[in-house]
Amino acid sequence: MKTTIDLTAGLSADLDIGERIGMLPNVASQRTKNLKGRIAGAKAVTSLCCYCAVGCSTLAYVSDEGRLLDVEGNPDSPINEGHLCPKGSALFGLTVNDQRWTTVKYRAPFSDRYEERPLAWALERIAQLVKKTREATFVREWTDPSSGERKRVNHTLGIASLGGATFGIEENYMLGKLMRSLGVVSIENQARI
Amino acid sequence: MPGLGTSFGRGGATVWVPDLVNADCILIEGSNFAEAHPVAYRFVMKAKERGATIIHVDPRFTRTSATADIYAPIRSGTDIAFLGGVINYVLTNDRYFKEYVSAYTNASNIVGEQFKDTEDLDGLFSGYDPEGRSYDTDTWAYEKDERGHVKRDPTFQHERCVLNVLRRHYARYTPEMVERVCGTPQALFLKIAKLLADNSGREKTTAFAYAVGWTQHTAGVQFIRTAAILQLLLGNIGRPGGGIMALRGHADIQGATDIPTLYDLLPGYLPMPSALRKEATLESYLSVNSKPTGWWANTPKYVVSLLKAYYGEHATAANDYCFDYLPQLIGDHSMLPTTFAMKDGTVKGYFVIGQNPGASGQNAELVKAAMERLDWVVNIDSYDNETVSFWRREGADPGKIATEVFFLPAATVLEKEGTMTQTSRLLQWHDKAVEPAGDSKSDAWYFNWFARRLKALYADSTDPKDRPIQHMTWDYDHDDPHERAKDEPSVLKVLQEINGFRTADGEQVASFAELKDDGSTACGGWIYSGVCPDKHTNRARNRDASGPYTALNWGFAWPANRRTLYNRASADPQGKPWSERKRYVWWDDEKREWTGVDVPDFVKTKAPDTPADPDGKGMDAHSGADPFIMMLDGRGALFVASGLKDAPMPAHYEPLQSVVENQLYAQQSNPALGEYRRRDNPYNAPIDERYPYVLTTYRITEQSGIMTRYVPWLAELQPAAFCEIDPELAVEKRIKSGDWVTISTAVGEMEARALVSGRMTPLRIGSKGGRRRVHQIGIPYNFGDMVGLARGDSVGNLIAISLDPNVSIHESKTLTCDIRLGRRKTHHRDDIDMAVPSEERDPMGQPEGNWAGAHHGHGYQHMQGDDAGASTP
Amino acid sequence: MATGFFTDTTLCIGCKACEVACKQWNELPSDGFSFTGNSYDNTSELSGTTWRHVAFIEQTTATEDGVENRWLMSSDVCKHCTNAGCLEACPTGAIIRNEFDSVFIQPDICNGCGYCVVSCPFGVVDLIAKFDPDGSHYNVASLMEERREERQTALQNNGGVAGKCTLCYDRQTLGFTPACAKACPTESIQFGDVEELRERARKRAVTLAGRGVDAQLYGVDDVGGGVGPLNAFFLLTDRPEAYNLPAAPVLPSTRQPAGYTAAALTALGLAVAGWMIFRNA
Repeated sequence: MKTTIDLTAGLSADLDIGERIGMLPNVASQRTKNLKGRIAGAKAVTSLCCYCAVGCSTLAYVSDEGRLLDVEGNPDSPINEGHLCPKGSALFGLTVNDQRWTTVKYRAPFSDRYEERPLAWALERIAQLVKKTREATFVREWTDPSSGERKRVNHTLGIASLGGATFGIEENYMLGKLMRSLGVVSIENQARI
Repeated sequence: MPGLGTSFGRGGATVWVPDLVNADCILIEGSNFAEAHPVAYRFVMKAKERGATIIHVDPRFTRTSATADIYAPIRSGTDIAFLGGVINYVLTNDRYFKEYVSAYTNASNIVGEQFKDTEDLDGLFSGYDPEGRSYDTDTWAYEKDERGHVKRDPTFQHERCVLNVLRRHYARYTPEMVERVCGTPQALFLKIAKLLADNSGREKTTAFAYAVGWTQHTAGVQFIRTAAILQLLLGNIGRPGGGIMALRGHADIQGATDIPTLYDLLPGYLPMPSALRKEATLESYLSVNSKPTGWWANTPKYVVSLLKAYYGEHATAANDYCFDYLPQLIGDHSMLPTTFAMKDGTVKGYFVIGQNPGASGQNAELVKAAMERLDWVVNIDSYDNETVSFWRREGADPGKIATEVFFLPAATVLEKEGTMTQTSRLLQWHDKAVEPAGDSKSDAWYFNWFARRLKALYADSTDPKDRPIQHMTWDYDHDDPHERAKDEPSVLKVLQEINGFRTADGEQVASFAELKDDGSTACGGWIYSGVCPDKHTNRARNRDASGPYTALNWGFAWPANRRTLYNRASADPQGKPWSERKRYVWWDDEKREWTGVDVPDFVKTKAPDTPADPDGKGMDAHSGADPFIMMLDGRGALFVASGLKDAPMPAHYEPLQSVVENQLYAQQSNPALGEYRRRDNPYNAPIDERYPYVLTTYRITEQSGIMTRYVPWLAELQPAAFCEIDPELAVEKRIKSGDWVTISTAVGEMEARALVSGRMTPLRIGSKGGRRRVHQIGIPYNFGDMVGLARGDSVGNLIAISLDPNVSIHESKTLTCDIRLGRRKTHHRDDIDMAVPSEERDPMGQPEGNWAGAHHGHGYQHMQGDDAGASTP
Repeated sequence: MATGFFTDTTLCIGCKACEVACKQWNELPSDGFSFTGNSYDNTSELSGTTWRHVAFIEQTTATEDGVENRWLMSSDVCKHCTNAGCLEACPTGAIIRNEFDSVFIQPDICNGCGYCVVSCPFGVVDLIAKFDPDGSHYNVASLMEERREERQTALQNNGGVAGKCTLCYDRQTLGFTPACAKACPTESIQFGDVEELRERARKRAVTLAGRGVDAQLYGVDDVGGGVGPLNAFFLLTDRPEAYNLPAAPVLPSTRQPAGYTAAALTALGLAVAGWMIFRNA
């Protein structure tokens, strides 16, 4: 990838530095004269790093049109004091990325590909499936094998939920409340992982 | 984290990250601190600059070792032997902090006569049931007087007082034994033991830092217990520059444990009701889970307030506040048992949100194969991943897979607002920077949509089973018309519900002290109470870091904004700082209150000389010198009489899959560990010559998983799965750096690029035949083979599922394996395709009636004693 | 004010935040996804699109008890030399010394001739590879529109422009710290007034020597060979060569007088020969 040269080949050691030539200063172009970082005057929004649990505060710079320009550490934070690790420094690339999936993908039974489907269609289909599975698998009572006693359980083992450590506490609260009210007990996240 | 919970009262890290600079010595073990938490490591480097000694004990010489003052190699999975050795050193050389231990720990408790130690039973404690592979912990109880109070001997003369029980238990953990078991040279071990003792006491403090290097073991909880015992003996808990820093992995993993999406917990560490306990009614549930003394006497207030938050006006005293709306557990419903249940056909539908078990799961190929049996999968994520695309994995035939698969695009952290709780229990709110890309939505948006839609679908039902959905309160409309127009819910309103409010007027409660058990308050997560003390205040959004380094106006730390837990212990029993140098929280005799640079973790006006009332309820049972307010007796637990399933004091057992016999006891591995002996989950037998090498796993700085593998700037830094091996083994196997190698276990194979490095060193350890040389192989746990710019086989393919008995965490940090030069063949495994015969299946995967008492040693047991206090304020 | 970097390798934890923060700010592509097998270093060297590079040096010594390991890490960067070979060699006037005394390549002027590449005594400057909008090396979605056009145009001229650290000229004009120094979690990379930094570096070397550390300064003072002191200098704990830094860097122009003399002599010889040929004719 790189051109390498032997810097010492044929060198005479006793050359006077004053003998060098070609030292005229070059001039700055118009672009250079106007050079200004893209976050000049941009709005800085206080956010958080979503990778590890150290909890580094970030500043997301946003243009007037609402475009993300840059993400860096927040100097005010007592935890990271403006610094970030490589993952945190790459937060911009997690949000703005060509490879990100930003539409619904649907894979039909026995299909070998994903299809694009409208969000509304997918949501409705999922809601119907949740209800159908819940109806089919809901258990009101269960026999305790150790005592033979019939016990109220009001649950379904037919639906499971996984995930939580990568989203907010309010979202965990909402998911937990919804799932438990549906009778789902297999609720888990990365805490055991 | 019951390791910390049973020892101190709460399962969270005791340390505020920036406080690490105050340490005189930092022991990092079970953590690759510099690589996994680089920004928190800045405080370690600062401490080092201020003269602290940094010690790293690890199977590999890592970037942490490189920047530490002392590195000690250790065989993976032997940390209890190492730390047990330090406990023995501290006790036999009289190096423990006597005043602290006498006043603040249960060292003087007298253990009952019926208790038998591993010394007596060659590796087992009393109460073991070999059939059920579990302990009846009744024999671990303390001796009590006629009034039911635990007997104590403050003079430590009684041979059965905890301090002397400890002495005997750890007597065999000599430096020679440490070297035999861990492979750590004796001289180096002794140097470290001495440093830890030298840097503890009145004038100095030592901090411990660990991460999943300690937890992901079949005795994971006991690893942490060993550290807890040592830090109590050295008097380092609750003091500046001391404590135990539990370094957690994901951004909101603490939050997802506090306000849990975990099967066995309700918000605020209230246990989920279980049909395996007597918890059928609110009354019986409360009688199981309330405690007569200590903070947990308040349990009924928290439970009733939670039910009021969930079910609003429908929850009344007359109907037990809708307690029966909560589903009941019938076993271990954690992720790994659920994987088997999925394979066996019990689970039909699966929500996977921001998690990628298809690559990061244990027995990862099985996880993907199990998903084939599902009717439907909903994945909410920002990128294609190994989980949602399980149907097109190597060796799978999509034409035979009936599962309906939905991928819903998720907003990233920058595209939404909300709160995450970091590793020091600090809640921090983040604002929304930009609109979600394309059709992406916040997770809150999806949960809100599903909740409202399901409510509508069940609106007309008269079936009692549907009442929880009908009656669940769900009123999170955004106040901002711009967001409301997009159906974005207000997560602030959710946070306010978590904080709690009065049901009469809807006003916020200022703290959990205001919560009641009469239905007059609602609170979705009592430990977070105080975060939104009124409708206009969101303390998670506090952003003023001026003042002392404790930065009490930056975010909000639970409980009650305390940064260092148990900080009453930073003062002596009389309430004075142990030394000027280690001043933190103390008793102000003039103002008659506790004061300092932190919020006191104590009743603010309870004087140090307040006597305990042995018959008192709640906090009255504790004296003004009992710093561990969540504990029944207000003291740190050197010995845990109840609340743990495998040991009252940690004992070293070999990992389930080990290359060597246990040098300490006849008992080879944790007698209570959970294992799944199924044909799709085979284990390497101990000391199996086909798998002669120790395998350990870890994460690297440059990668996390799906969230990094697509980012070009990170992918180029670590583009491929690799495997670290020592030069000696490399020569033997003719492997050079950069070569493809295949690593195998009974459960599967993976290929990776070799990285031969002198940083990996073979160890000399003791074995049956004297001494032997052990090679350790390291593989990062960051990669997946299907998507992204950085790719490679997941090491999850090599890991059979086994569990710690207390928390169902798997053993991924220490395994055995073989390695050869060259690439693997296919991921396809015949054992995965086969249905598992019913006798091998987990009871949870069985139709009702076939439970048949099948017990795999991980059975859900009665949670009792301090365990309920596993993780609380 | 002259500004620069002091990179104290005793504080480096090898996290590579500097590499990523630099690429994010400067919208640079990755250099490819190849596993080198050389310690934790998969970007290998500074390039036209890698302006910070963390070197990893593993040193294992056998001892009585087993082995003693050292793992040196150092974040390399353009040195912004007092006498810059690249600047001297540039025939188009694209490389300037700006008001912060940093050596800056003006991408709008550069025609990609590559003279600077061979003239850098440290092997820092390189041509930016051809812009490939479909290549996954570029996260095209991340490139600002105007930047994309600019880069494309510049690259179309000659297949590339030269690239290297700008000392975040466009951040400095706003009063911001360069991206690498700002990100660095342990403050191994320090940015500031170059004279103050030199003083800090000297003091640090003395402090470390007091702790028994073999601290060596590189570039705080004149590195010789006509290069002069560097505006980005280092504190090392081994010989510079161990970090792939030249022990005796040489400014190519110091060789020019000899070259010119040789050329003049050759010309003279040819002239004499020609004169003789023509005379004979």
